[in-house]
Amino acid sequence: MTLLSIQNLTKKFGGLMAVNDVSFDVDQGKIVGLIGPNGAGKTTVFNLITGNYVPDQGEIFFNGHNLEGLKTHKIVSLGIARTFQTIRLFKNLSVLENVLAGCHCRMRSGIFSSMLRLSFQRKEEKMALARALKELEFVGLKEHMDLKSMNLSYGNQRLLEIARALASNPKLIVLDEPAGGMNDFETQQLVGLIQKMQDRGLTVLLIEHDMNLVMRICEHIVVLEHGALIAQGNAEQITSDQRVIEAYLGIDEDEE
Amino acid sequence: MLKYKNPLMVLVFSAAIFSCPFFLNAYWIDVINNIGLYAILALSLNFIVGYTGLFHMGHAAFFAVGAYTAAVLNTSYSIPILLLLPVSGAAAALFAYLVARPIIHLRGDYLLIVTIAIVEVVRIALVNNVFGLTGGSNGIFGISRPEFFGLTIRRPHEFFYYIWSFLAISVFLFYMLERSRFVRALNYIKNDEVAAEGSGVDVAYYKLIAFVLGAFWAGMVGNIYASKMTLISPESFNFWESVILFVIVILGGSGSIRGVILGAFLIVGLPEIFRQFAGARMLVFGAAMVAMMVFRPQGFLPPLPRKYATHKIKPGDETL
Repeated sequence: MTLLSIQNLTKKFGGLMAVNDVSFDVDQGKIVGLIGPNGAGKTTVFNLITGNYVPDQGEIFFNGHNLEGLKTHKIVSLGIARTFQTIRLFKNLSVLENVLAGCHCRMRSGIFSSMLRLSFQRKEEKMALARALKELEFVGLKEHMDLKSMNLSYGNQRLLEIARALASNPKLIVLDEPAGGMNDFETQQLVGLIQKMQDRGLTVLLIEHDMNLVMRICEHIVVLEHGALIAQGNAEQITSDQRVIEAYLGIDEDEE
Repeated sequence: MLKYKNPLMVLVFSAAIFSCPFFLNAYWIDVINNIGLYAILALSLNFIVGYTGLFHMGHAAFFAVGAYTAAVLNTSYSIPILLLLPVSGAAAALFAYLVARPIIHLRGDYLLIVTIAIVEVVRIALVNNVFGLTGGSNGIFGISRPEFFGLTIRRPHEFFYYIWSFLAISVFLFYMLERSRFVRALNYIKNDEVAAEGSGVDVAYYKLIAFVLGAFWAGMVGNIYASKMTLISPESFNFWESVILFVIVILGGSGSIRGVILGAFLIVGLPEIFRQFAGARMLVFGAAMVAMMVFRPQGFLPPLPRKYATHKIKPGDETL
């Protein structure tokens, strides 16, 4: 079953075609990789999916909803959570409070119930806390929960972003270079974590430059170059695709 | 012992404040009353500047709308001023909603400039007697005193209990809010707007609500102020008042209730104590601000980390 369907997506920045007529589907429960050389438009596709940018043309369907014109927080509440390529944590807040941010869109209490501390508000806070602790345990940061998030190591900051995204109870999690800046050991653990997310029933869409990681865990790979989709398929198909090899290694002009 | 340090401090402070009427004369009680009014105003501004990190230097405009709403309705229709307390708040909140909605997406210094314009436009509109209601630069006089069950509040000692009880209730409610998803959402916005929206927080809505809630409280303080002075004029709501409120929040500790109250004591109380050096007041004020920004930019009493009852969560508890 298709969870996310991207159809003829196009985005221009001035004269630059950042994303040019890209279409692909993400199936429910799969781990899908979006790869391509620097400047291929991968992050732009992510920003279009999450509503940070508005597409010039094309449509995005998620779980039966057309995402056109929806604001980011609305898309999050429909079930798409993301992490950022450049880590964007709430630096001055604790690790725990960062994860509670993800719970926000699943909570209902307003100003009055909070001021008067009504029983349903207390119950909701407690449930959010339980959820946040569960996600911190899932990514392995529970013992750091009282630290300010800015004091975490780089790899742990990436994990915290994942925990925050998971706390919003998404159907699809969109990871923008999750292994960026991680050492080999941390990357190994990340692979395990992504597979655990799949076991939980989540669908994962990720951008990654670590080809080793992509080829190991992605069941479907989409390749972009200069904003256009040049290939998609499983790892074997991608590694043997002539256009992908050219995009990554360049063409030796003497041979032509 | 250490565990109860904070509640103990609150108790000691409350006891000290509420014993003031027993040994201070009317002049000093009036100073304490002014500190209380500024403290509540600054606490209401704290929602916008402190928790959400929006540069808003036009808070006196909301204060003015509340005060004039109370003054006009009280003098023209002789509605008891105390009944107008929520009306003043609602009028200021509505005004804030209308002016903040179109500018809510502005960032940093751009927002700052527009909010300065708002407070000036309001003051000039009051001076020019728009709608023929505000009495021009003379303002409105003859505002009645608040009455509690036949007891008229008139003397500074009586106003003391009115103002400081109002402050105590406000602090209690704001403290509750601080421990809820509402103020957390404001803090997320202050830290990183894009990440807040990306985590599912409706950034535009929460910014607007911060303005509306802050204005509601400022409007209610406007009502208390009008009944305390019985005479209000546009000069009480100028840009300088907004600056003072802004400074109280930043200097005391933005996003911190105890910090803001301390800020009100320092900014409003200290000049009274050092009245004989009034000539050097602005010099000292300026030097103190520079020193603060260099040595303690987070303010005197920055917010404490919030505590969560994580030990009460058992594995297998219901989750969201």
